[in-house]
Amino acid sequence: MSITPIIDGQLDEAALDQQLQTLIADVLGLDPAQAAAFDADSGLFGHLPELDSMAVAGLLTEMEDRLGIVIEDDDVDGEMLETYGGLRAFARAKLDPLQPPLDPL
Amino acid sequence: MSFTWNIPALGGGIAGEELLVSFDRQRQSRLLILPAWFDEANKLRRFTVEVMRRLDSAGIDSFLPDLPGCNESLTPLADQTLEGWRKAADIAAASFAATHVLAIRASALLAPASLPGWHYAAQSGPKLLRGMVRARTIAAREAGISETSDELLAIGRSEGLTLSGWHLGAAMIAALETAEPTLAPGRHGIAQSELAGPGLWLRAEPAEDAAQADALGAIIIEALA
Repeated sequence: MSITPIIDGQLDEAALDQQLQTLIADVLGLDPAQAAAFDADSGLFGHLPELDSMAVAGLLTEMEDRLGIVIEDDDVDGEMLETYGGLRAFARAKLDPLQPPLDPL
Repeated sequence: MSFTWNIPALGGGIAGEELLVSFDRQRQSRLLILPAWFDEANKLRRFTVEVMRRLDSAGIDSFLPDLPGCNESLTPLADQTLEGWRKAADIAAASFAATHVLAIRASALLAPASLPGWHYAAQSGPKLLRGMVRARTIAAREAGISETSDELLAIGRSEGLTLSGWHLGAAMIAALETAEPTLAPGRHGIAQSELAGPGLWLRAEPAEDAAQADALGAIIIEALA
């Protein structure tokens, strides 16, 4: 499991992709190369049979831990979970430095 | 290798009988293994027993008791409390004459303070609840029902709550909301990164990983050698 350290909320695009792809591979048991091939249109929830509500909950909780973000109930909608691009855009918005700083872990 | 263990009743007799998987050859090192909980228990069951096989080959006895209310238990899960499970872990340690403990995930909340040993990928009560409550709110949303985590936890605290099919009592939920694992003297944390692979509890479906079982077994075998 590779964890890229986050310095002052900064995570460049390639590092964010790597974090998210590793996370999805960990949860779904995919070959890392397969997850690395995800693009913005790759389908997630509703497209991958393994990704049921329990697995989605695990994925979001692990995203909180690895990215140092907090995901609220209202944040979770169909759009953010439908495609890899949606999940990525959501993570990027949460990591945006314009948002209030998070407590250090 | 499969047996039962008894929980004594106050004032004598037997209050409950639970399943036990063990490798007991009366050897010097006797490891109590406290399992992962709920959904994670299923995902880590095979991994846990695979670690036990490795310990057995290396001359270490190990004991994996079911917690009251879990698996084939005759006691309802909804009646269990964190304090009750802690007592059960103490009773298990005494009845197997355990010399060490390996607490997996949320069982780090139960490990008897008197035993040296390890917490593997310890999970706190709040994080455990957060994941389970979130699974419920997501499933509810799919079904067109609106539930929030705060509402669910408020109900859980007063009446208990069914999360991912597990019916937890009010006392268990209230206790988990603040339960944090602490490393007792002589105990060490084992992080998932030391096993060089993703945690198997993360996986959407139960799986196994021989290399990870080797790695966790090796940490314990080396320490007890």
